[in-house]
Amino acid sequence: MFEIVTKRELAANIVEMQVKAPLIANSAKPGQFLIVRTDRYGERIPLTICDYDAQAGTVTIVTQSIGLSTKKINAMNVGECFDDFAGPLGNPSDLLELDEETLKKEKVLFIAGGVGTAPVYPQVKWLKARGVEADVIIGARTKDLFTYVSEMQEVGNVYLCTDDGSEGFHGNVTALMKHLIENEGKKYTRCVIIGPMIMMKFAALTAKQFGIPSMVSLNALMVDGTGMCGACRVTVGNETKFTCVDGPEFNGALVDFDEAMRRQNMYKNNPKTKGETKNCSCHG
Amino acid sequence: MKPKIAVVMAKKGPRIRVREQDPAVRACNFEEVSHGYNAEEAYEESLRCLNCSKPRCVAACPVHINIPQFIYHLTEHDEMGAYAVISQDNSLPSVCGRVCPQEKQCEGACILGIKGEPVACGSLERYVGDWAIRHQDELPKPAIEKNGKKVALIGSGPASLACATDLAKFGYEVKVFEALHQLGGVLVYGIPEFRLPKEGVVEKEVNWVKGLGVEFENDVVVGRTFTIDDLLDKMGYDAVFIGSGAGLPKFMGIEGENLNGVFSANEYLTRANLMHAYDCEYDTPIYLGKKVIVVGGGNVAMDAVRTAKRLGAEAVIVYRRSEAELPARAEEVHHAKQEGIIFKMLTNPVKILGDENGQVVGMECVEMELGEPDASGRRRPVEKKDSNFIIDCDVVIMALGTSPNPLIKQTTHGLDTNRHGCVVADEEGRTSRPGVFAGGDTVTGAATVILAMGAGRKAAKAIHEYLSNESKG
Repeated sequence: MFEIVTKRELAANIVEMQVKAPLIANSAKPGQFLIVRTDRYGERIPLTICDYDAQAGTVTIVTQSIGLSTKKINAMNVGECFDDFAGPLGNPSDLLELDEETLKKEKVLFIAGGVGTAPVYPQVKWLKARGVEADVIIGARTKDLFTYVSEMQEVGNVYLCTDDGSEGFHGNVTALMKHLIENEGKKYTRCVIIGPMIMMKFAALTAKQFGIPSMVSLNALMVDGTGMCGACRVTVGNETKFTCVDGPEFNGALVDFDEAMRRQNMYKNNPKTKGETKNCSCHG
Repeated sequence: MKPKIAVVMAKKGPRIRVREQDPAVRACNFEEVSHGYNAEEAYEESLRCLNCSKPRCVAACPVHINIPQFIYHLTEHDEMGAYAVISQDNSLPSVCGRVCPQEKQCEGACILGIKGEPVACGSLERYVGDWAIRHQDELPKPAIEKNGKKVALIGSGPASLACATDLAKFGYEVKVFEALHQLGGVLVYGIPEFRLPKEGVVEKEVNWVKGLGVEFENDVVVGRTFTIDDLLDKMGYDAVFIGSGAGLPKFMGIEGENLNGVFSANEYLTRANLMHAYDCEYDTPIYLGKKVIVVGGGNVAMDAVRTAKRLGAEAVIVYRRSEAELPARAEEVHHAKQEGIIFKMLTNPVKILGDENGQVVGMECVEMELGEPDASGRRRPVEKKDSNFIIDCDVVIMALGTSPNPLIKQTTHGLDTNRHGCVVADEEGRTSRPGVFAGGDTVTGAATVILAMGAGRKAAKAIHEYLSNESKG
């Protein structure tokens, strides 16, 4: 059982929780994820680790209420416990493989959109701790939907943009990225993109146009999260990969985003999911 | 002790039938197919055993249960005695009575099978196991003297459960780490409820292992949460057993495999079994097809196709060899046919077809014929030229086997693996790294519950020897 120790609403339907999970807090690294299960009836839901504190033994998750299970997660309160909290899973960000010398030479641009902002945070924080200050673009539809801005400002150079122009640059993340490179003379050696699939697709495309290598963090559907089921398979450079064990971060220029988006929606509005079953054994 | 029972006392006659749910009824529910013997039936069947002086069944059993002796106790209406005999060699009799391929082991070797029907060793073992579950509080607990040494086991499937049982009896402090939220490994995520009830059987037999003092911790992914190196160097364990199975699904590598509606059997079964997706009280969805094709001919293929049938689909097996080569347990094939599963033999997929939305609409196949025997001794299937045809379907499930999860290999120093990704271990389970032992599917690749249990028991013995010698030296 894994107790929720803090809970705060970051924006409408976006909730941050710190959860007591000492083993994960002790071994987590930026870029990894974990699996949450609310109760015995719950799904196994993969969530990116947003922060961790080995001393306090806590791990931070940020969840946007979208479907049944994410709503169930966000409805839980401080003092209540998740039945399961397993991880850390997946590979750490490949920034962690670079030695200090190489790191110091890197000019990293992070691009965060929507609920993807929180998972960017541990990577920026990790760089800052090694004396590397990165640029971070945070995009949202409108200013009320921003999350993690003040946290991010403490560890990186933040550039905000909104689709409706209510705060920061007026335009989406790719427009702001172009603006920084073309008009402000920014140069980047690599780019890390985390957010909605459609945003990652176009941001990766823009990065490619500028010749900047990019990594994206995929949030594919998963069941076990440990390599057993293959629900999370994704085509990367014409090869099938499992997001859970080969990822979750992949080369943004090589990911087949159209397939990934189609697969992500496999159970959405599909008449052939369990709601339709006539042989449901529980209701006779 | 050889029980005194003469051959002439054995009762001649046909094997006592096991009562089963009617095929038409069970094809629409997830209740257990077989009801098993009641006391009267078990007694009647036990009388058929000849109690051979050189029992071929014992030699054919991977854990060498003294089968004639436990059956002899049943002729005396002594279930406790029968259980005492089985439990010397097998801590999961209710599980094994249900899922062992008896026709290739004990029952396949039974002398009665030469002219007639073999003794129903499997059904009798299940009867004794189920009796023991109902009488768990009365079962004698082995006297355990703790020796103060700690052993960590990775994975809670059959290999680890068997290993844990023996290690606990030897006096070790045993802790089992499991990545998933339930205990039992393939017994809970792979084998369906209609073949192996989870609460009624698996949980109960796991509880028996807990009763020996074995500790279990869920939600620990060894290799990520901590490593084998951590267990040995930082966490104070004296030895480690790897029983993490073969969980990584294989795909064919044909066009269209990533379309919506194509699943590994592991995913489909994990949703249905571990996540209870067939039960609408649970949140996990499962993809319902009108026509589901399962590619493969093993037990996992049978489990997937029968699950699809129970979820309301027209369900088809596509297998590239002929029926004689089906690797599945004979009983599963028989049950599947009774339930109306369609078998398309000598058929191999070449491409999965999708519509403009990326949803499966069919599968292109070729006809096969059997050629010369291959390395496995089975006749090699060869494509018939220009025999391509299309089967309409909206779901395709790949049941092509599994390989071990690479995580342990990637994160453990000095652990040799072979080109299939299997941990290299000797007959007794010793790996290339001192203090680290392994057994079951993680060593052999996907095999059976009972072979994994046998490997777990051998490793327990090897661990005991290793740690006993270590303390002397």
